[in-house]
Amino acid sequence: MDHSSFTPLMSLAGGALIGLSASILLVANGRIAGISGIYGSAITGGSGPGLWRWLFLAGLVLGGGVLFGLMPASFAVVIDRPLWAIALAGLLVGVGTRFGSGCTSGHGVCGMSRLSRRSLVATAVFLTTGGVTVVLARLLGGAS
Amino acid sequence: MSKRSNLGANAAAFLAGLVFAVGLVLGGMTQPAKVIAFLDYFGGAWDPSLAFVMGGAILVHAPIYALVVRRRSQPMLQARFQIPKRRELTFPLIAGSALFGAGWGLGGYCPGPGLVSLPTLGLEALTFVGAMTVGMLIHHLLTRTSDSEKAAVVAPRAGRADA
Repeated sequence: MDHSSFTPLMSLAGGALIGLSASILLVANGRIAGISGIYGSAITGGSGPGLWRWLFLAGLVLGGGVLFGLMPASFAVVIDRPLWAIALAGLLVGVGTRFGSGCTSGHGVCGMSRLSRRSLVATAVFLTTGGVTVVLARLLGGAS
Repeated sequence: MSKRSNLGANAAAFLAGLVFAVGLVLGGMTQPAKVIAFLDYFGGAWDPSLAFVMGGAILVHAPIYALVVRRRSQPMLQARFQIPKRRELTFPLIAGSALFGAGWGLGGYCPGPGLVSLPTLGLEALTFVGAMTVGMLIHHLLTRTSDSEKAAVVAPRAGRADA
């Protein structure tokens, strides 16, 4: 597996847009741009009327579709993980983000931006277990 | 469902979703191999790019957040800010975040990039989002007793329901 290349400027620009999106949602609607919370509440119908959540998600998916048409290479999967591992990953992400009250966006971006103690801890924890899992996955399986 | 619909607020949410998608894709978050290369801190081929995604986002959002909470008592298109105020470090916060990180490292997707990748109709993205949805529904079922509205409609519940 050849390693992907370092893209500091593109990543910084992408990050800035994520920060802009979170700011739009905060300034206009007073809401936190936490994807797991928005999606989780949308599908379970929790936390009050949620049309705005579905519209946010529609923007997210539509944006993905347009960009996939323009730059499909940016969606390349190229990982040596069997499908059952991806399914397990999805389960862990679904259960974990809901019990943990957030994901990379809600904790990592929005929470860190307001120096939330819970988000700082959550971010440190998921960056750590993410790293440990990558090492374990390489040691245990996926002999590529 | 409330009858009041706020066109502006809904349009803002849609726009925020679009911009978020562009940010994730440009940032490299929709490439699971790149995510895994970022999380592989000591693997010898560390790709620190995704730290720049988080950094760029915070660089933009933190000053705006600070300004907004200082200057405004309410958002432009809604009645009030809904920002988490909790401070206590709880077991669900830490255990949940630990599980999330494990899933992120295993699949290379976090929730946003998974959803953004749905239109590719790739087997990985579809599988990931499907399983993530199941995971969220499992959480919902496990915690439903504390969700007053729902629980009250179904049946009056004693403190603890089994099954």
